[in-house]
Amino acid sequence: MAYVAVKGGERAIDAAHDWLARVRRGAPTVPEIKTDQIAEQLGRAVDRVMAEGSCYDRDLGALAVKQAQGDLIEAAFLLRAYRTTLPRFASSLPVETSAMLIHRRISAIYKDLPGGQVLGPTYDYTHRLLDFALAAEADSGVAPAAPLPPAEPDQTPPAVTPRVLDMLHAEGLMGAEPQSDATPGDITREPMSFPAERDIRLQALARGDEGFLLALGYSTQRGYGNSHPFVGELRMGDVSVEIEPPELGFAIDIGRITLTECEMVNQFGGSKTEPPQFTRGYGLCFGHGERKAMGMALVDRAMRAEELGEDATAPAQDIEFVLYHSDNIEATGFVEHLKLPHYVDFQSELETIREIRRTSQNSTDAAGEPL
Amino acid sequence: MSRRLDEFWVTMLTQDFLNRRRTWMATLARADRSAIEAQLSAEPALPDHTRLRGPEAGLVMVRGRMGGSGAPFNLGEMTVTRCTIRNARGQIGHAYIAGRDGQKAELAAALDAALQDPEDGAGLEARVIAPLAEALVQADNTIRAEAEATRVDFFTLATMRS
Repeated sequence: MAYVAVKGGERAIDAAHDWLARVRRGAPTVPEIKTDQIAEQLGRAVDRVMAEGSCYDRDLGALAVKQAQGDLIEAAFLLRAYRTTLPRFASSLPVETSAMLIHRRISAIYKDLPGGQVLGPTYDYTHRLLDFALAAEADSGVAPAAPLPPAEPDQTPPAVTPRVLDMLHAEGLMGAEPQSDATPGDITREPMSFPAERDIRLQALARGDEGFLLALGYSTQRGYGNSHPFVGELRMGDVSVEIEPPELGFAIDIGRITLTECEMVNQFGGSKTEPPQFTRGYGLCFGHGERKAMGMALVDRAMRAEELGEDATAPAQDIEFVLYHSDNIEATGFVEHLKLPHYVDFQSELETIREIRRTSQNSTDAAGEPL
Repeated sequence: MSRRLDEFWVTMLTQDFLNRRRTWMATLARADRSAIEAQLSAEPALPDHTRLRGPEAGLVMVRGRMGGSGAPFNLGEMTVTRCTIRNARGQIGHAYIAGRDGQKAELAAALDAALQDPEDGAGLEARVIAPLAEALVQADNTIRAEAEATRVDFFTLATMRS
């Protein structure tokens, strides 16, 4: 039954929002947090909000985190709502992640690889012990970066870091990525329809909920759509975004964004037309979000089951199920709307139940037997 | 023959100019507004200009490629501010920069126009753009050095299966 609107309650709502503002501010004795502090010191929260809000802007992400008191789904919601107020100027040329300024780049399948393994700023290999030094009042005394080694003359850094999966592809052991320059579908302009092609699936996953993708990816590892994945490559760093404005007629670099990219390597038994080989699952997201990119890559591969002639039986392989439930803004809207007054809807349910019971009572005798 | 040679040089010079313009536009997009203003503080004021469009904030849909190298898909949007101006010398300047800093977009557009000036442009490029570009290269090198320090060599032990 459709939602029936209610009126009234303005005074209470205003008072509730006033109190919310005071609760958000917290004890006045504690200094108010500034958005630049959030952008700098809670960067991973901002990354997640930008990814799920599907809008890259660190300042707005930080503001949304502050306004939502750190509720990251609420913050992503705020960012999504904001983006609807802006016109779209252009679509970018596809970003070249092979030309990324690498902060982190690892492979779990090759020990030695061209370009090497760079751990970057990672929580991997930490002991996960609470660091009480961070709770101390004084500056936590982080060591400054080591001084730069003297620049070697004529040594320009390589512009491109080769892809690990290209090594497998060169050997003929990895399925090729179909090449095309067709304009990709856009779920922000056209409602999803099924069967959804991979461009649509990747767009939905890129803005999908990290927890949902993590759980679904995990389910494929545990046997629900067994994919036996390896991290072929995981990289995080900065890429330039280029657009080609019609008034200029040539491509210009409009600035850099941080991206995380994951390429999973999965076994594929082969089919009548394809020899046994490896296949890819691909994850790409705004900011530093390895869990997100990995979950996305696992689910992307799982959703390719049908295309590769595999049985699609597990939840992660069900394209319609995944795409209709990956967006946490839509999910939270529909789940949380249940909190709003449903008095009229419920009244009708009540009357229906009472009527059914009255009818069934009337048609039974005192001993409960049907007449 | 000589006409063809002329056309060749015109094309080459145009290409060179285009590359330079792309470089300064990229540099202005990435540099902080405060850094640009600092470089301009010792310069004579830029020619007066009128706004033709903006500065206005909007979005660019960022595209990626499937598997990093395949067909494109829409990754998500980013905020962008654009501005177009005409300065007192009649030059038109454009700017598209990531983020929502309208003042920076207008400044970048004013510089884009001034840098196209056949007389003053090259000097302005050397004094304003070159140091900004150099600072950005240094910032990249700092990242590279930090990354280099975390380069890792893993050793593989004999497998338990063998």
